[in-house]
Amino acid sequence: MIPELGHFCLIIALSISVVQCLTSFTGAYRNDAILMRVGSSMVAGQFVFVLLGFAALVYAFVNSDFSVAYVARNSNTLLPMQFKVSAVWGAHEGSFLLWTLIMSAWTLAVAVFSRHLPGDVRARVLGVMGVLSVGFLLFLLVTSNPFERIVPFAPDNGADLNPLLQDFGLIVHPPLLYTGYVGFSVAFAFAIAALLSGKLDASWARWSRPWTNLAWAFLTVGITLGSWWAYYELGWGGWWFWDPVENASFMPWLAGTALIHSLAVTEKRGTFKSWTVLLAITTFSLSLLGAFIVRSGILTSVHAFAVDPERGLFILGFFVLVVGSSLVLYAMRVPLIRSRVNFSGLSRETFLLTNNLLLIVALSIVFVGTFYPLAYEAATGGGKISVGVPYFNSLFIPVMAVLTFALGVGHTARWKKTGTAFLVKKLGFVLLVSFGLGVVLPLLLDGVYRWEVALALVLAVWVAATHLKDLWFRAGGSLSGLARISAGYYGMLIAHLGFAVVLVGVCITSHYSLERDVRLGFGESLELGGLNFTFQGVANTQGDNYSATRGSLLVSGDGSSYWLYPEKRKYLSSNQVMSEAAINAGLFKDVYVSLGEPVADNTWTLRVHYKPFVRWTWLGGLFMALGGVLAIADKRYRRLRQTGRNPATATLGGATV
Amino acid sequence: MGRLRLFLPLCGFLLLVVMLWLGFSLNDPHILPSALLQKPFPGFELPSLQDAEKTLTQEDLKGKILLVNVWATWCPTCKAEHAELMRLKEQFGLEIAGVVYKDEPDNARRWLAAYGDPYIYNIIDRDGRLGIDLGVYGAPESFLLNAEGKILYKRVGEVNARIWRDEIRPRLEQLEYFDLDQQR
Repeated sequence: MIPELGHFCLIIALSISVVQCLTSFTGAYRNDAILMRVGSSMVAGQFVFVLLGFAALVYAFVNSDFSVAYVARNSNTLLPMQFKVSAVWGAHEGSFLLWTLIMSAWTLAVAVFSRHLPGDVRARVLGVMGVLSVGFLLFLLVTSNPFERIVPFAPDNGADLNPLLQDFGLIVHPPLLYTGYVGFSVAFAFAIAALLSGKLDASWARWSRPWTNLAWAFLTVGITLGSWWAYYELGWGGWWFWDPVENASFMPWLAGTALIHSLAVTEKRGTFKSWTVLLAITTFSLSLLGAFIVRSGILTSVHAFAVDPERGLFILGFFVLVVGSSLVLYAMRVPLIRSRVNFSGLSRETFLLTNNLLLIVALSIVFVGTFYPLAYEAATGGGKISVGVPYFNSLFIPVMAVLTFALGVGHTARWKKTGTAFLVKKLGFVLLVSFGLGVVLPLLLDGVYRWEVALALVLAVWVAATHLKDLWFRAGGSLSGLARISAGYYGMLIAHLGFAVVLVGVCITSHYSLERDVRLGFGESLELGGLNFTFQGVANTQGDNYSATRGSLLVSGDGSSYWLYPEKRKYLSSNQVMSEAAINAGLFKDVYVSLGEPVADNTWTLRVHYKPFVRWTWLGGLFMALGGVLAIADKRYRRLRQTGRNPATATLGGATV
Repeated sequence: MGRLRLFLPLCGFLLLVVMLWLGFSLNDPHILPSALLQKPFPGFELPSLQDAEKTLTQEDLKGKILLVNVWATWCPTCKAEHAELMRLKEQFGLEIAGVVYKDEPDNARRWLAAYGDPYIYNIIDRDGRLGIDLGVYGAPESFLLNAEGKILYKRVGEVNARIWRDEIRPRLEQLEYFDLDQQR
């Protein structure tokens, strides 16, 4: 009964979102305040019914209702309760329901927090988001109904959730990632609304900035957690694989990063308008493309679980409709924009443009690497080719290096025009210091001196030093001055410092990690990275839904010693075997051991990793996200809401609801 | 010219869509990789479920058009598929040979007794060795064989009414296997 009610709730939500689109667009077109108000009140209804549908699926999982096919495929009575709930988004149908729920939640948030906007702008934005909801709900109901029953032969027990996904990382990773993906729909909706109305002034950029920052922050945390999950769960100590599905989340991130910077220029200076609109469309398109890649199985990947041609075709069709019509609208409307370009050779605008260009180049590199195998296959009629990690590294890293250098100069430069002499005076000394520190610092690390590491450290110190110097300058050289600086500035500062932290982590862990595959008998030991690992034996243990063999290693060195217990688990219901690595995590190094196979009596294969600074890659990611959120807290967004309208929009006219 | 340039993003996008479309139709994972297509069914020598004394080999699959269905009692989709297999047997007289994949023979016997038996016989592939030769991703999977024991079509996932209508039945008609509607 409950699953049928859930299904019914989704149908109601679909009907409501159709009404939401129709009333919003008609209302905006006719400038009819009542219709627009109806449109925005539909949003809450749609959210409530999607939420009820989601709750019904959670209910089916919690009560192990295996007559529901999706529950039977992804749950089991032995599964611990937290994983029964997270199994809801463990496979295609449920995760798309979650995606739809998040879409509704963003729409509701926009409806609630954009009351101060001119009525027609708000109505168009909600209308565009309604169209997206209609598409997602249709997709769910037509091709991916999570409530489908197995009758009359309901299995006695479920097939269990993939053991890889029985983990804290999976509980939080998909919701965060989806919140980021779907969140870019807000900037997209604002851009489309501006194109529809033909009023492409700076105000739409101001309205969409906080939303874009928030979506970007979610996506950043989502990607960071995904990388961390892959590191500790896949058991081979890697944290980024340039896998198509990783790239699928990384491409909208790169475009979104460009968008954030371009929005800043459009808001502050009124330039780059059409470029910003195009970026907003591109960013959301890449999110949809990501969904298409993951859900259609078009690119072979470990992540592509659910594979069904009907689904792929539906998403492709929806993708063509949404992105195609947006780009047509773009081409038709952009000639209306009058942009006055009034900045010269060296200015903050130039550097932000450089930032955008470099990010787009980086994006293109990832894009080509991801889709080249597909294009090759299409061109040769089925030939297979794969693009490896060296391609990505050798092209992506130099672009990032140039970008990082520009980052240090860019935020110091002034708007409109900056003298070279000014920059040299401000930054010359900092450059010398960064160079000196960066070259010396690798000497403190264990291992051979590497110029790549030195270069990366020069750049990281450069970013940090230029930002801190600028902070001190803005504070007027006193601590009390620090309190007067806006939250927006601190947001930028923390995000950029986070980027430097990621850079340090990525570079050092890539060059100085040690790894050893060994056979160890009980009592034997191994030396790695100045540490001594002694294998003390294995024992059997029992978990809720698995039995495990647990190895014990005593690690000593560095004046301390501790135990590590890597496990090899066998899940009872599916008989799948999983290796659970044991990690001693530290700010400056991780020690990582995973248990292999028994090769003789009392002898096992083991893989031991020594990974310096690996935590910095994720720590920096979290800083970047924190910066994005902090920037939203800036006073000027609150001021806008209090005054209702801001001067830039006063010319827009139209009905106000 | 300036205005035409604005259509460039659209053109790029359409190119991408064409590529996705092509890649997508080429990459349908339900289509058997060409490696096994038109090849004889791999050799095996495994016990029969119905008669423990009897050993079945690939020779037993020859002589008639046959659907070989890989299944197990631990697989929920197989349960969903089971009803369809029963229908195909009863309605069209389709001959189906089962491969009991990584499962206890006793479980399989109990299942067939409880829900009905759509198979002419079952091959016990307890350790999944035959499954490896067949390149089985997971149960259920089905293989359509012609009278020479060659694989004509492979389905990864359940055989349902849509697969029967779009994939299996047209192939059978091509072989002039039956005049479905007139006879039955």
